Amino acid sequence: MGHYLRNRLLQAVVVILIIIVGNFILLNAVPGDLVDVLAGRGGDMDADLMASLRARFGLDDPLPIRLLDYIRNVLTGNLGYSWPHSQPVLDVVLQRLPATTLLVILSVITSVFIGTLTGVFAARKAHKLTDVILSMVVLVCYATPIFLTALALMLIFSVQLGWFPLSGLTTAGAEEGILATAADMGRHLVLPVVSLSLFYVAIYARLSRASMLQVLTQDYVRTARAKGVSERGVILGHALRNALLPVITMAGLQITELFGGAVLTETIFGLPGVGRLAYDAVFARNFPLLLGILIVCSFIIVIVNLLVDLLYMKLDPRVELTK
Amino acid sequence: MTAMDTTPDTTAAKARPARPPRFQMLRRTLGTPKGIAGLALLGIVVAMAALAPILFPMGPWAMVGRPYTWPGDGPALLGTDVLGRDMTAAMFWGAQISLLVGLVSASVSLVIGIAVGACAGYFGGRTDAVLMRFTDAVQTVPSFLFTIVIVAVASPTIHSIVLAISLVSWPAVARLMRAEVLSVKKREFVQSCRIIGMTDLRIITTQVIPNALSPVIVIASVLVATAIITEAGLAFLGLGDPNVMSWGTMINLGRPAIRTAWYIALIPGGFVILTVLALNLLGDAINDAFNPHLRKR
Repeated sequence: MGHYLRNRLLQAVVVILIIIVGNFILLNAVPGDLVDVLAGRGGDMDADLMASLRARFGLDDPLPIRLLDYIRNVLTGNLGYSWPHSQPVLDVVLQRLPATTLLVILSVITSVFIGTLTGVFAARKAHKLTDVILSMVVLVCYATPIFLTALALMLIFSVQLGWFPLSGLTTAGAEEGILATAADMGRHLVLPVVSLSLFYVAIYARLSRASMLQVLTQDYVRTARAKGVSERGVILGHALRNALLPVITMAGLQITELFGGAVLTETIFGLPGVGRLAYDAVFARNFPLLLGILIVCSFIIVIVNLLVDLLYMKLDPRVELTK
Repeated sequence: MTAMDTTPDTTAAKARPARPPRFQMLRRTLGTPKGIAGLALLGIVVAMAALAPILFPMGPWAMVGRPYTWPGDGPALLGTDVLGRDMTAAMFWGAQISLLVGLVSASVSLVIGIAVGACAGYFGGRTDAVLMRFTDAVQTVPSFLFTIVIVAVASPTIHSIVLAISLVSWPAVARLMRAEVLSVKKREFVQSCRIIGMTDLRIITTQVIPNALSPVIVIASVLVATAIITEAGLAFLGLGDPNVMSWGTMINLGRPAIRTAWYIALIPGGFVILTVLALNLLGDAINDAFNPHLRKR
């Protein structure tokens, strides 16, 4: 156990280092540097001043030294400075993280719950008409890109029916108070959460259906039935618990996909999350910020992956510990 | 190249010995309802791509009528867009772009993934560790964000878009390939190749890769579908190639007009869904054919 953990942590550290180096390469591939940006803002800068500024910022150091500087900076939380925000990149990203986190958590809970329920239901009715119809619906959901779902939902429920607000996370000048604010945010989050969930509902439904059908053929399920456990008890108490293992792996994957993957949804619904921030950074050509978002999201993903592995070990003792 | 022949043949083949196993595999894949539906839907899209230059020789950019003509109201079958261009022409030409982006990106990521996975699995040890940590790193970075960064840094052209999609989607292939190569390399025919003095490169390319390819073929359709979705997403964000009319470009053009003329964004969206659905159905059918014991599930 300890050995496995040490290995796993070591791997995570190596992965983080590779990601930082990759970011450095990308940052260097961008035409123009910080001094060019400053010169563009100031307007009147001669070549001498630019050269001396480059020397002061260490921009004319050899590449390996700049790389080491960059790695040290990133590891100490210095991701550079975002001029349009007049704030360090890390601060800008951290301000946007809560909205994205809320969105991700809500959509993971929604899609796991509905998806698993659908899958178990379909497995109970396997190869009957209900199952066939459900499978078709699931196939279409699975084939629909998330941003199209978002567009369609916005068109129907915000534009045509006016049930939900068009964009943003809160209404400007709304009632004060925790309950009123929560209700307001809830109304703003319904459509984004549903958009992000639909595709994953399809995945969970497929996964849990297949996994449920497999588990139901196992000997211990037959034993449970033989000793007179009710059908409900067999499904919930014996089969579902084991059928849930692949669902947990997928939930970890969903969390990591949505951090930084919700760019389109956040943009469509105007949510103040990191995805929307990335969109703005692209069009402001604010590359330090864009790469800062990439690094922060990657860090979060590494941590989530570690946690999922640990959880999996806890839930399924059969998982190989030394690998 | 005797990938399939090493496994014991099915009883069905014994009853009808005339049919070669490879052909039978094809029939088993495409003869299922899913396979037929997938092929039919994909056939529509391929036909659209092929017929685009014949039916719409003026290209997707020519203006044919008043802007915002709804489908059925004017001469253009699917209406006209914000600048009065024929939506039907855009859909047909867009089919070319989507298929092209999907196929090329999938091929490039297959090549990278197969090469990395085969080397990692075959050589093992330090090579394996280095390659797999690199694979981990690429897989960890949020892929859509990574694609955006690459396209934004390299400026959006159809080449940079295809490259960016390929660069983020090969790790899954590499992992599958590595796992398969690990088992193939222990087989006797690989050992005997070593004994007769074949070089590693030759063993990998002529013996190991062909025999480890089948699970990779299964995910190829997923790669094509993902690439098509990613291209549409990028174009939707405004990161499409400005000289190329893709379905995503049209969704992006239609987005500001979604309140009044929603058909401009949703018709191309429908074609994206149709194509992805076709590829998923085909993928499922191929998957079932390769794992027959899973079929009844």
